[in-house]
Amino acid sequence: MSDLFLKQFFLFDPLSLFFLFVISVISLPSAIYSFGYLKGEYSSLKIKLAWFLLFIFVSSMVFVVSVNNVLVFLVFWEIMSLVSYFLVVFDTNHEKSIQAGMIYIIMTHIGTAFLIAAFMILYKHANSFDFSVIKSACQVMSAQTKNIIFLLLLAGFGTKAGIVPLHIWLPYAHPQAPSHISSIMSGVMIKTAIYGIIRFVIFLLGVNSLWWGALVLILAVISCLVGVIYALMEHDIKKLLAYHSVENIGIILLGVGLAMFFTSLNLPYLAVFSLIAGLYHLVNHAIFKGLLFLCAGSVYRATGTRDIEKLGGLIKVMPYTAACFLLGAMAISALPPFNGFVSEWLILQAFFLGALNSAGGLKLFLGICAAILALTGGLAAACFVKAFGITFLALPRSNYAKNAKEASLSMKAGMVFLSFLIIVFGLGAVKIIKILAQVSGSATGFDISGMSFSFNNLTLSPAVGKDIYLSTPLLALLLIVFGVTGFIIYGLFGRGKATTYKTWDCGYYNIGARNEYTATAFSKPFRIAFSFFLLPYHKTQKIRESFYHVKSFVYETHTTSVFKRYIYQPLLALIFKTAKSMRRIQLGSIHLYLAYIFITILLLILFIHQF
Amino acid sequence: MLIILQLILFIVTAPFLSGMISKIKNNIRMRKGQSIFQPYYNLVKLFSKSEVVSATASWIFKVTPFVVFSSMLVSVVLIPVFKGAIYQMGDFLALIFIFSLGRFFLTLSALDTGSSFGGMGASREMFVSSLAEPAFCMAVFALSIQFGSTHISAFSGMHAIPVSSIVAALTLFLVTIAETSRIPVDNQETHLELTMVHEAMVLEYSGRSLALIEMASYLKQMILFFLIAQIIFPVAFTAALNFSQMLLWIFWYCLRIVIIAVTVALVEVSVAKMRLFRVADFLGLAFVLGVIASVCAISGV
Repeated sequence: MSDLFLKQFFLFDPLSLFFLFVISVISLPSAIYSFGYLKGEYSSLKIKLAWFLLFIFVSSMVFVVSVNNVLVFLVFWEIMSLVSYFLVVFDTNHEKSIQAGMIYIIMTHIGTAFLIAAFMILYKHANSFDFSVIKSACQVMSAQTKNIIFLLLLAGFGTKAGIVPLHIWLPYAHPQAPSHISSIMSGVMIKTAIYGIIRFVIFLLGVNSLWWGALVLILAVISCLVGVIYALMEHDIKKLLAYHSVENIGIILLGVGLAMFFTSLNLPYLAVFSLIAGLYHLVNHAIFKGLLFLCAGSVYRATGTRDIEKLGGLIKVMPYTAACFLLGAMAISALPPFNGFVSEWLILQAFFLGALNSAGGLKLFLGICAAILALTGGLAAACFVKAFGITFLALPRSNYAKNAKEASLSMKAGMVFLSFLIIVFGLGAVKIIKILAQVSGSATGFDISGMSFSFNNLTLSPAVGKDIYLSTPLLALLLIVFGVTGFIIYGLFGRGKATTYKTWDCGYYNIGARNEYTATAFSKPFRIAFSFFLLPYHKTQKIRESFYHVKSFVYETHTTSVFKRYIYQPLLALIFKTAKSMRRIQLGSIHLYLAYIFITILLLILFIHQF
Repeated sequence: MLIILQLILFIVTAPFLSGMISKIKNNIRMRKGQSIFQPYYNLVKLFSKSEVVSATASWIFKVTPFVVFSSMLVSVVLIPVFKGAIYQMGDFLALIFIFSLGRFFLTLSALDTGSSFGGMGASREMFVSSLAEPAFCMAVFALSIQFGSTHISAFSGMHAIPVSSIVAALTLFLVTIAETSRIPVDNQETHLELTMVHEAMVLEYSGRSLALIEMASYLKQMILFFLIAQIIFPVAFTAALNFSQMLLWIFWYCLRIVIIAVTVALVEVSVAKMRLFRVADFLGLAFVLGVIASVCAISGV
C-alpha cells in the first residue's frame, strides 16, 4: 500500500535524486551552523520557531523535487515560497526585512501565477496532473501551444531563479534572512527553479525549436553580466553574494540553455554534456555559495555589520572564517583546482564544442556567449578580491572589526564541511561527471551508454579524438610540488633574513586604516567603465562653519538601478494609475456588485464555450 | 625528463627576454641602456638581500610569492613544447584560469599590506585583466574553430598559416601587452602612482619574495610570447630528437620569440601610455579583433 502511494505521488528518477542530494548536502551544514548562529542572537522561543520553519522549508523543497504530480508540485512550491517569506521577515525588528519580504512575496507570486497558467494549459491537454500522462500528451501538442507553455514556464521559474530582469527581489530577500537561511535560499531554493525548467521544459515538454535554447542563452548571458556588475558595486557583503547568485544562476542556465539548443539541433552528445556542465555548476554553486553565506553570517555575528567598508583585518581574529571564505571565493572565481573552475571550464568547452558542430552564424553566437562568460569570470574574480581583501585583510576599519571573535564550534563545523566539499568536487571531477551523465541522460532522454566524458580516472576529456583534457588532481599536485619547490628555493638560496616593519608610508607617519583602499575605490574603474549601465551619480555637500570656512565635506556616490527605474517603477505607477481609475466603478452599492459578479460569470461561460 | 628540460629552458631564458626588450628600447632612444643580462643580476641581487615584511600583512602576503611562482611553472608545463610531456593536464582555457590564480593572490597580497598603492594596483590590475579575458577567450575560440581543439598542441603542423590565426595572434598580442604590463597599458619602468599597475601591487615585496614574483612575471611573458610565436610561425612540437636536431629546434624556438620581443619593444617606444580608462577601448579593440578572427575561422580562411 505504502509502495503504491510512493509510486503514485513520487518520482525518484536520477534528476530528482540529484536535487535531493543538493538539498541535503547544503541543508545539513546550514542546520549545524544555525546552532551557533541562533544562540544568543534570538530568544529561545524564536530559536524554536526558526528550527520549525527550517524543517518545513527543507521538507517542502524535498517534496518539490520529488513529487510526480503537477498539482502536488504546486502545493509544495507554494509552501516553499510562503515559508521562505516568513524566514525573510524573521528579523521582524528590521525595517528592511518587512520591505524585502514584501518585494519577495509579490514577485514570487507573480512567478507562481505564470506557473499556474502553464499548468492549466498542460492539464487541459493531458486531462491529468500526472507527469507521465502529461509527458505523453506533450508529444502530440501543437508547436504553438508548446511555445506558449514554454514562455509561461520560463517566466514563472525565471522569477524564482532570479533571471534578469526578474531578479529584482533576490538581492533584497536573500541577505535579509538569517545567514543559514540565506545559504539555503541561495544555495538550494533558487535551484528548485532550475529543477522546474529541466523537469518541465526539457523532460516533459520536450524542446522543439532552436529559439528556446537561444532565448535561454541570451537571458542567461544577461543575468551573468548584470549580476556580476551589480555585485561589484555592492558593499553589503550578503547583498554582494546575492547578486552573485544572479550571476551564477545565469551560468547554470547557460548549461541548461545549451542543452536545449543542442537538443533541437539533434546533437545528443553535446546536449547531455552541456546539461552535465550546467548541473555540475549547480551543485558547485550550491556548495560555495552556501559556504560564502555561512562565512558572511559569521562575520555579521562577530561584527554586527554587513558593510564591508567598516570591516578589515578579520583574517587575524577570525582565521577559520577567513580561510573558508577564501576557499569559497577562489571556487566562485573559478580558480584551479577547485570545483567552480571545473564547471566553468566544462561550460566553456560545451560552447566551443558546440561551435565546432554547428553552422555559420550560430558558431559566432556561441563564441560571443563564451566570451561574455569569460568576462563574467574576470569580473567575479575582481569582485571577490574586493570582498575578501576589504573584509579580511589589512587593518580593521572600525572597532567592531577590531574586537571581532571567531565563530563558535558548530558554525565552524558547518563551514569546514562545505570547504571540504569544494576540494572534493574539484579533485573528484571524473567521478562526479560519471554520475551526472546518468542524471543528464535521464533528463534529456538520450541514451548515454556510448558516451564517455573522461580519459581516465583522473582526466576529463569531453570530446573523443579532439585532444581536450583537464586533470584537476594533476594540476593540484603540480601546484603543490612547484609551490614547495619555490619554498625550497626561497629557503636554500636566499641568504637574507626577513624583518617585520611597518608598511611604506611615503615618509609620513602613522598611516592607519583611513589610508587603506576602500571597496568604493576598488570598484571605481569598473563604475566608470560600466557607467553607461550603472548611471552613477555623486552628491557633494559642503558643511560650512561660516561663509569663508568649510568645516567638512559630505560626499556620496550611488549607482542607479536601471531595472528599478525603467521597468519596475513605471510598471508600478501604471498599476496604481489603473487601480485609481478602476475605483470609479466601485460605488459601494451591493446591487451593483452583484451585477458585476453576474456579468463576470456570463463572460466566463462565453469564454469557456469559445475555447 | 623532457618536462624538466622544458622548465629549465623557460626559466633560464625568460629573464633574458625582458633584458633584451629593455636594451632594444634604450638603443632606439639613443641611450646605452642597462646590460642585456640585467634581469639576471637583479634576481641574484634580490635573492641575497634581506626582506622586509609589513607588520599589517597576514599569511596571504607570505604565501603569495609561492602561489604566483608555482602557478606560472604549472602554466609552463601546460604548454607541450616537447610532445610526450605532461600532455593530458589541461588546455588553453585551463591556462587562462591558471593565470588568474596567480593574479588573484597577487592582488590580495597587495590589499593585505594596507597601503593605498597596493589597493590602487590591485583594483587596476583586476580591471585590466577582467576586460582582457573576453578578448583572450575569443582568440582561443577562433583558434579552436580553426584547428578543432583547444589543446595548445593543436595549433601547429599546418603548412599554410590561415588568416584567422594571424588575426587571433594579433588579438593575443594586444592581450599580452595588457597582461605583461607593457606600454600603452602599463609601464614597467615607472614608479609613479598615477600610472603604475603591476609595480604598485608588488611595492611592498622585497628580497627573495620579490625575486620569485619577478621570475613569475618573466615566465608569464615568455609563455605568452611563445604562444603567439607558435600561432604565427607554427613549428611542430617535437618528440624526442637527437642532439643536433635539438639544437636547431632550440635555435628556432629562440628566433621566433625574439621576433615577438622585438615587436613588443618597437610598440613600446612608438606609442604613449594610455589613461587607465582608455584601456577599456584598447581591450575592446582586442575583443573586436578576436571576433574578426572567429569570423575568419568560421568562413574557413
